[in-house]
Amino acid sequence: MYYLDANASEPMRPEAKAAMLEAFDAVGNPSSVHGPGRAVRRLIEDARERVAARFGARGQDTVFVSGGTEADALAIHALGTGRRIAIGVTEHDAVRAAAPGGWTIPVSREGLADLDALRDWLTGGPPALVCLMLANNETGAIQPVAAAAALCRAHGALLHVDAVQAGGRIAADLAALGCHSLALSAHKMGGPKGVGALLLAPEVSAIRPLISGGGQERGRRGGTQAVPAIAGFAAVCAPPSDQDRLATLRDRAEAAAVRYGAIVCGGGAPRLANTVSLALPGARADAQVIALDLEGIAVSAGAACSSGKVQTSHVLEAMGLGALAGQAIRVSLPWNVEDAAIDAFEAAYARMAARMRRPLVSAAA
Amino acid sequence: MSGGVDSSVAAGLLRDLGHEVIGVTLQLYDQGAAAGRKGACCAGQDIHDARRAADHLGIPHYTIDAEARFAKAVIADFADSYAAGETPVPCIRCNQTVKFHDLTVLAADLGADRLATGHYVRRVDGPEGAELHRAADPDRDQSWFMFATTQAQLEKCIFPLGGMPDKRAVRDLAVQLGLAVAEKPDSQDICFVPSGSYADIVGRLRPDALEPGEIVDTAGTVVGRHDGVARYTVGQSKRLGPAAMADGERRMVVATEPGTRRIVVGPRTLATDVVRLREVNWLTAPSSTGLRCAVKLRARDGLRPATVEMDEGAVVVRLDEPALPAPGQACVFYDGDRVLGGGFIGRP
Repeated sequence: MYYLDANASEPMRPEAKAAMLEAFDAVGNPSSVHGPGRAVRRLIEDARERVAARFGARGQDTVFVSGGTEADALAIHALGTGRRIAIGVTEHDAVRAAAPGGWTIPVSREGLADLDALRDWLTGGPPALVCLMLANNETGAIQPVAAAAALCRAHGALLHVDAVQAGGRIAADLAALGCHSLALSAHKMGGPKGVGALLLAPEVSAIRPLISGGGQERGRRGGTQAVPAIAGFAAVCAPPSDQDRLATLRDRAEAAAVRYGAIVCGGGAPRLANTVSLALPGARADAQVIALDLEGIAVSAGAACSSGKVQTSHVLEAMGLGALAGQAIRVSLPWNVEDAAIDAFEAAYARMAARMRRPLVSAAA
Repeated sequence: MSGGVDSSVAAGLLRDLGHEVIGVTLQLYDQGAAAGRKGACCAGQDIHDARRAADHLGIPHYTIDAEARFAKAVIADFADSYAAGETPVPCIRCNQTVKFHDLTVLAADLGADRLATGHYVRRVDGPEGAELHRAADPDRDQSWFMFATTQAQLEKCIFPLGGMPDKRAVRDLAVQLGLAVAEKPDSQDICFVPSGSYADIVGRLRPDALEPGEIVDTAGTVVGRHDGVARYTVGQSKRLGPAAMADGERRMVVATEPGTRRIVVGPRTLATDVVRLREVNWLTAPSSTGLRCAVKLRARDGLRPATVEMDEGAVVVRLDEPALPAPGQACVFYDGDRVLGGGFIGRP
């Protein structure tokens, strides 16, 4: 099996596993007074400082949560209450579900947010929270977040940034971007599933929790911290490396697919090095994912719901791709991808395209 | 794989024969919405059961989103048919579109040689190609529901349960295979109407089908009122109130007139021996001289001797004995156990 679905979850990096194995032996509750409690708390606080430093925040402004979805929900709950909300039209469901009824920022055909439209919406209106992802999970498009942050600040608005896909792959620095909050997920960086963080700008750091409980995380997120997971998270907070190698391999996979009839969705945008969205005209996305899986290649399409069914991509629809929005797969290379995976992908894609590619007109049903 | 015992056993039997088996479940509708539960998971227990059966059998399993297709080809067609004064068979439409059309396409896309289902029918390879035959178990036979399967689709299909003597034997096999669904109850007649009230769904999509109207006799005299043409089918004697009897004789619905929203009642002697069909599917070479065969007009009806004739391009069935065919139902042609074809019953 060749795993080319890193944007769903990166394979765990060995340094994360080693840190977790060590943390599994830490006895005690980080809220306890005694020695073992203090030792576990120190482990968490060391991890917090490491995560904060990597992403341009202060330790005291970094809240550990269960993952990207919770980080987004907490940010929108805490910063959006009493404000009107705008979200990018290509945001992940974690943001879309937490901000129902918000205004959506349109995107270009390449999937990049229309900041002129955002400026018009911000101008003269009541206080606002804007949510804009740093990198898109389906196309890898990197949004103009720093410019959006400047625009928001000029209009007295707050900016929340879902950096879940960007975190392990590009700089994603809260202070440098100038945003007010940043959502992260460890398992998208090669850490464990089940932990993430919400980083806050100092001026909005005192937020109301979604879960109060025992007042952990300075009253911003109740519940005993997932100590081994947090240790694993901190272990994958080295600056991104190896992106040139990933880009070379991604470009190879992309060029091969295009030779067999694929269309690259959002290929004109600045992109994550590991991601490409490939539409095969006339071939339904779920059938492509199944066909490649049966050939031992793991990719995905759109956002999979818990039933496992593949829905038409709202991201590609928003980019104006029409029927192609239901005919695209996402290939996302993991940090440990090998050349052989690209060779296997190319061969499998060629066989699949030979069976499934049809004229676009016949794909309506 | 529906998540029921039949398709799970079919998959298990094929796996044990050494085939590379790929499990596919169709997500046909939002289970939570169908059951009226807000915020419930879109995937019901059946999809979970199908996945777990596939896990247990050690075969890959995939869920296909067929909601939009099913809503249009089956549910909307169901409501439209009722609004047109007919009595639809959604399971036939589902087999015809979402299942045997779309899944044979998917099988080809995946490079699969065959589409296998847990239907109770038999495929027999005859001199002219694959033939569709009734199941060994007459109580379980589903051939009437599958008449619209095309010859090309049938050539791709296999039905591992067609020869099973009865359901108990299938459940016993499920136990032997270690399947958790071995004793799962059989599914309902119409899967997307979990409450059993199809009128709710028809009324939501086609409110006109539930508007009240007049019940008239064959002379056009008003003899009562009804609460929607969708609640009536030809041959029905319930829900007629005082209109159910005239001159000491029991009356039944002999026709519906959706244009005027009228239900026409009359004595059983108003049966007809001519059945006009539309959307006919042939599983044998059509005969220009008239085909002697037995036909089945309803799912739970018996076989009736008849002649199938071509009449200026249309297909007309002449019954030896008059009957009350209901528009929208299927008329399926049989030669013994073999299905020769069939069509949907049109308005007279």
